Parts: sequence; structure tokens; C-alpha cells
Amino acid sequence: MRSIISLLLLLVVAWGIALSLDEIPFGTSKTKVGNYYIEKGREETGASNIVTSVVVNYRGFDTLGEVTVLFVAAIGLSAVLATRRKKEKREIEPASLVLYTGCRFLFPLILLFGAYIFIHGHLTPGGGFQGGAIVASAFVLVYLGCRGRRVSETGSKTVESLGGLVFIVVGLVGLAVGGHYFLSNYLPKGELNTLFSAGVIPIIYIAIGFKVGSELAGVIDHLVEESE
Amino acid sequence: MDISNAVHFLQDYIYYIGAFGLIFIGLFIMLVKRNLIKVIIGLSILETGVNLFLISVGYISKGTAPIFSKSLVKTQRMVDPVPQALVLTAIVIGVAVLALALSLAIRLYHHYGVLDLRQIKEQKW
Repeated sequence: MRSIISLLLLLVVAWGIALSLDEIPFGTSKTKVGNYYIEKGREETGASNIVTSVVVNYRGFDTLGEVTVLFVAAIGLSAVLATRRKKEKREIEPASLVLYTGCRFLFPLILLFGAYIFIHGHLTPGGGFQGGAIVASAFVLVYLGCRGRRVSETGSKTVESLGGLVFIVVGLVGLAVGGHYFLSNYLPKGELNTLFSAGVIPIIYIAIGFKVGSELAGVIDHLVEESE
Repeated sequence: MDISNAVHFLQDYIYYIGAFGLIFIGLFIMLVKRNLIKVIIGLSILETGVNLFLISVGYISKGTAPIFSKSLVKTQRMVDPVPQALVLTAIVIGVAVLALALSLAIRLYHHYGVLDLRQIKEQKW
């Protein structure tokens, strides 16, 4: 009965959406601001990846909000789960030699790949959030492969706080020195398509990468701890 | 509508259809399923559909990714970067929401011993 009602409701919603989608043609240019970013983005920010220049430079303040949402969610998760922290340490069956060695071999390589992704955020597809997610996936590998090892909680909290602090301080310095808005690009832009270009964007993305990586690793740590 | 018309319609709107297919699958799961984990999976599917829809709104026919690599000619068409930046935000926030929802589900399971929403007290639907 309930599924029939739900289906009817969804059909009504789908009908309305189909009518409104008729007004949005597929594959045409729709916004002026996007064209502006594509035409002027390279000169104004020095980043060859326009998405990065939008995320970190033009809409850097929104990104600060996004980082805050992630932070609040991580805090909320640890607050929800922390109340029933089991004190006794259960014996964990150690992983086999092959698994353990493979995990120890792959862990630094995955970290290196994540660092590559967030350092080259202004040149190639990727950036702080993606690189941070890859770094966190290295910690998932540790939890699945080399069981018994875990992330130090104070270490991850410290890295996370430092990442957030670097973001805010660099942004506020931009507000004071460079221009009239948060995160204005006050460092020299450098030559296009080189690693040391685009002013503050790589610094911000490295900070975001560390922050997101340690935050997600902390989230994984809490969830794994709860499941044991 | 003959076959070629239908093919053109599909070519034009296949991304919208797929995106809203995912959104409706997710909504249906959230409305019908009673297991809390399945509801969270539905939420995740819905979010994927919304992201796909935003990206396909920003697509421009035969456009490339908005990245100026060295070999790229300046006049080449590029897709709209703004929806991509927004979806980048939405994906990260989606991960955060998913983690928080799962942690709440874990707490509910510890408290009630079930994940079935019908058997959790003070829960009508």
C-alpha cells in the first residue's frame, strides 16, 4: 500500500520535473559568469584549472563554509559515537604476512599519490578535497589490511587544526593586504602551467588536502572503532 | 514519434533522464524501505543523481574540461566551470552527511537493538 502511494507521489513529481526540464536545453551555454571565468580566469588567478580558480579564488569564502561543514560533521560524528567508547581492548586477529606486507608497501605510495593530486590542484584535475579523500583511503587500507594499527587521535586533530588555521590566516592576510575580499590572490602569479604559479591557490589546496585527509581518517577511525 | 525522433530525444536528454532516474530511485527507497541502512543508501543514491544533474546542466556540446593544458587551443569550447565547482562542494558535504547519518544509525542500533524503523519506538513512519 505504502509503495503504491509513494509511486503515485513520485509520478506526480516526475511529471512536474519533466515539464520544467523542457525549458533547460541540454548542451548549451547557460551562464555568463562561467564564460567570464573561462576567459579571464587564467589572467586573474594564474591557475590553468578553471574549476580550481573558482573553488579557491573566486568563491573561496564558500569553500571556507564547506570546510566548516565537513569539520562540524566530523565533530558531530565523534560526539555521537564517543559516549559509548568501550574501554576494554579486544584481541584482534593479526593479518596474514602477505596482506600485512602488501599494505605496508602500498600505504606510502597511496599517500604520495594523494599528495600529488592536491599539490597539482591548480594544473590538473583534482585538488585538495580529492587528494584528501585519497589520503584517507590509505588509512582505510591500514584499517583493513594491517589491523591493530591506528591513527593517533591527537596527531590527526593537530594536522586538521593546522590545515584550517593556514586556510583562514592566508585568507585574512589576503583581506588585509591584497584587496577587498577574503582570499584575494596577493602572491606573484608566476608562469602559467608551472608548479609554482597561481599565487595562494596551491598553499590553500595543500592546507585543504591535509585537513580533509586527517578529518576523513578520523571519521574512519571512529567508525572502525565502533564496529569492533 | 518515429525511431529517429526518439533517438534524438534520447541523445539530447539521456543525462537528464539518468540523473532523475537516480533521484527517483533514491526517493523511492527512502519512502518505502524500513531498514535504516537502506534509507541511508537511498539518500546517497539521491545525492548522486542531484550531482549528475548539476554537472549535465553545465555541459556544453562537444566541450572539453575547463583546464588549460599547454596543447589546448585557446578558442576551444569548454564546459561551464561553475556547476563543477558547486558539485565538488556537494560531494564533500554529501560524504559528511553520510558519515553523520551512519553514526546516528549505529547509535540507534545500540539503543534499540534493531534497524527496522517500524520497531523503533516513537517512530511513526
